[in-house]
Amino acid sequence: MEEVLMNQLSYPVLSTVIFVPVLGALLILVIKRAWETAIKWIALLTSILTFIFSIPLYTDFDKTTHKMQFVERHPWITSWNINYYLGVDGISVLFVLLSALSAILCVMISWYSIKTKVKEFYISILLTTASMIGVFCSLDFFLFYLFWEAMLIPMFLIIGVWGGPNRIYAAIKFFLYTLVGSVLMLVGIIVLYFYSGKTFDILELMKNHYPYSMQLWLFWAFFAAFAVKVPMWPVHTWLPDAHTEAPTAGSVILAAILIKMGAYGFLRFSIPLFPDAAVSMTPVMLTLSVIAIIYGAVICLGQTDLKRLIAYSSVSHMGFVTLGIFALNSQGLEGGILQMLNHGVVTGALFLSVGIVYDRTHSRQIADYGGLATHMPIYAAFFMVFTFASIGLPITNGFIGEFLILLGGFTANKLAGVLAATGVIIGAAYMLWLYQRVFFMAVNPKVVGLPDMDVRETLTLVPMLVLVFWIGIYPNSFLSFMHASVEHLLQRVNMAGGIHETSVAKLIMEVVIR
Amino acid sequence: MNFQLPDLTPVIPEITMTALALIVLLLDLLIKRKEVVALISIGGTLFVALTLYGSHGTTFGGMYISDGYSTFFKMIFFVNIILSVLISIKYITIEKSNYGEYYALILFSTTGMMIMASASDLIVLYLGLELMALSTYVLAGFIRHDLRSSEAAIKYFLLGAFSSAFLLYGISLLYGLTGTTDIRSIANFITEKGLSANRSLLLAVIFLTVAFGFKIAAAPFHMWTPDVYEGAPTSITAFMSVGPKAAGFAVLGRVFMVAFSGLKLDWVHILIPLSILTMGIGNIVALSQTNIKRMLAYSSIAHAGYALLGIITANNEGLASTMNYLMIYAFMNIGAFAVIILLRSEGFKGESIYDYEGLSKKHPLAAALMLIFMFSLTGIPPTAGFIGKLYLFMAAINAGYTWLVVVAVIFSAISAFFYLRIVMFMYMREPKIDVTLTNAPGTTFVLGITTIAVLLIGIFPTYLINIARSAITGF
Repeated sequence: MEEVLMNQLSYPVLSTVIFVPVLGALLILVIKRAWETAIKWIALLTSILTFIFSIPLYTDFDKTTHKMQFVERHPWITSWNINYYLGVDGISVLFVLLSALSAILCVMISWYSIKTKVKEFYISILLTTASMIGVFCSLDFFLFYLFWEAMLIPMFLIIGVWGGPNRIYAAIKFFLYTLVGSVLMLVGIIVLYFYSGKTFDILELMKNHYPYSMQLWLFWAFFAAFAVKVPMWPVHTWLPDAHTEAPTAGSVILAAILIKMGAYGFLRFSIPLFPDAAVSMTPVMLTLSVIAIIYGAVICLGQTDLKRLIAYSSVSHMGFVTLGIFALNSQGLEGGILQMLNHGVVTGALFLSVGIVYDRTHSRQIADYGGLATHMPIYAAFFMVFTFASIGLPITNGFIGEFLILLGGFTANKLAGVLAATGVIIGAAYMLWLYQRVFFMAVNPKVVGLPDMDVRETLTLVPMLVLVFWIGIYPNSFLSFMHASVEHLLQRVNMAGGIHETSVAKLIMEVVIR
Repeated sequence: MNFQLPDLTPVIPEITMTALALIVLLLDLLIKRKEVVALISIGGTLFVALTLYGSHGTTFGGMYISDGYSTFFKMIFFVNIILSVLISIKYITIEKSNYGEYYALILFSTTGMMIMASASDLIVLYLGLELMALSTYVLAGFIRHDLRSSEAAIKYFLLGAFSSAFLLYGISLLYGLTGTTDIRSIANFITEKGLSANRSLLLAVIFLTVAFGFKIAAAPFHMWTPDVYEGAPTSITAFMSVGPKAAGFAVLGRVFMVAFSGLKLDWVHILIPLSILTMGIGNIVALSQTNIKRMLAYSSIAHAGYALLGIITANNEGLASTMNYLMIYAFMNIGAFAVIILLRSEGFKGESIYDYEGLSKKHPLAAALMLIFMFSLTGIPPTAGFIGKLYLFMAAINAGYTWLVVVAVIFSAISAFFYLRIVMFMYMREPKIDVTLTNAPGTTFVLGITTIAVLLIGIFPTYLINIARSAITGF
């Protein structure tokens, strides 16, 4: 039996966090279509309830161990040896919390902007939340894949039904890209299942050491799924379309959680399961990350569409994340994980902010704005903080993450570290230029008389603002979650060769004894 | 001479089914309300399903066998018949073809399928196949005043007759080589005489592949499928896409696994390219279809390609995965056809995919159900379609065909496009025409059953998997 810490709370916390949104969705399903206010309130209360239930994950988490915590395990599909098996460790726990938080914000930001098919919208949001949380909690590959894929259905609808003018193209592109990647991973999962004596148990699978050639092709099979989700450079093209066309809530989910799942996949599966392949593929991964950082940043300079610009900046920022992860040292990994969180907060906040003005002007063109600071000063202040965080200015969260990543990247490969640093500079250029064009300069007649943010909108942005400074000033309250798990992960990577040697030594010993 | 009656226990279900078909045929003359005939057919089928219990055994000198394998397939046929009849009740009155023979023919066709599943002798197999096929030909052309329906029947008949000829030729070759038509004796003869390298034997295998490939709609023997599926009454298309296909797989599995067990390597190498071609043609041609029945026809071709993966593994686990898949396919495919029938109303065909534009606006429930079936056909969890595909892929990978599964998952991802297109039309376009749904209790019931089945099997598949596995033990 694995060393895990069973759930000690009085209720199954992870199941609750996954199934409260599902129950909320079912409740909305049976409510009359015309009662839109009731539907919204149920969605809001459900997401708040989900968040409240998830708080013990923060307060009761044991930071001293890398072991899985709050574990629940029940037999499920016995004929295939599949268990309903949930648990979190230092890598995943923060993303569960972030998912729960972003669900609340998504419901709040959509309050007035979603006018058609209200019922379906909130059902989709809640179901997406449930499956996102499920992805981060699953310790059984089957369960993981189930959540991973199931999320595509509501997400496809969110983009395609409530999105912008080119939404159908974006939705289908999103779906097909991610599906192709996922099914290749499925093949890899099945191969692992048979190789390790018919088990989908992720912790069980991690105990084995796989032959290098097998590691290598499985690494690429999993890469197909995760790289598309991240998205890494050559397979990123779905992201600008999906982010841009999705409704605000959809963009927030995509930016804050969904694309984190790719990086999470690398951390949870690719590196611990295939450490040898991960080590030998480091140069490729670092190269792809650096290309993404610089390419994404340069493309940003040429964007005329607000959301598209932020979308491309995600490509660049996620390049930092993968750079940190594949630096394969503790600074890089912790920086990568923290930056995933940061990017979720900051880019989520930026999309929320864009949504706020989009609701007023119904334009995403940068040229349609200008001098907004005169008419919406509070909004401008919020946006400025998020802009600085996105650039990575000290005392904002972006600084901590990028600093750690560059430190790790530089240790792993000097050239990669140096090239990545240029991405920060271009990042400052496009974000500041964006801010200048939107908020300063001559007042565009189109923005004259726009009301500033109301209470609901401010409340939506405040949690993100708090997080930006909290992580920026005292990152240890989040980094402390990761230390043990990252340490354990690195041990596994460094021991990869070691395990191999000892097993060879064992073999020789056995032969000698005989 | 001492004449002894053979043990009839194993054939009781078939005898009961034939009796039921004849009774229904007679009742048709007495009962004016055809709904009653339909309900009698369903009730009778449920009764026949009960007689399956305890019917295991072999009879007629080993020509006829009732085992777990055949029982499982008969369950698929019963699911198929009950669901198809239920969606027919209202539909055939709209098509103005409300004749009682309709139900009798469905019952006869199912009798044929049951005989096929239980046939342990090639002649019996042929009898069952013809009984099934001839009834289906008539059913395909049941809307007599519709040219497309007649065309479908003629096409189906001509090509079906052609494939029967292949089957007979294959059987006669086998008889010439081995002197028997009994499936087990053929296998014994081949191993005893070391015939496995014999060219004529290989030819016989190829002929049988052609004949069975026709029944399961595998490419390149799929040419009839789109036209027949499009022209036939929708309820019959639903019936045909599940029943004859499953029956085809039943005989394919039994004949190839038992009679040709010594030639596994040969027929596996025939079936692999066949499966790739089937998945390829089915999924790629479906991309450009604008008639939903035609699209589902190509989709049904593609699904035959997936299901072939289980046969290709040439082991029991693989066979179980194919059986499991066919059962799941019955639910999700008939569910999709039930939605199509929902759209058919007096003076409105509802077969163009453009008729689905904006369906979610006026009929959110119908659209939501169609969404579930489309995602299930794509194989997205948590629907049954995912479980079915996963089981097939697992079996194939376990047998060492990882590369073939990679091909299959790529085609499966391609298929997402045309299933999604329906979802996209329903949810992301504005309605252009006013679609009125034809609500009928039968159709509603079928939609309920299939939706529950698709979701339930998708989340708790253990029962079905275990049933399929235990059905195959001792095969």
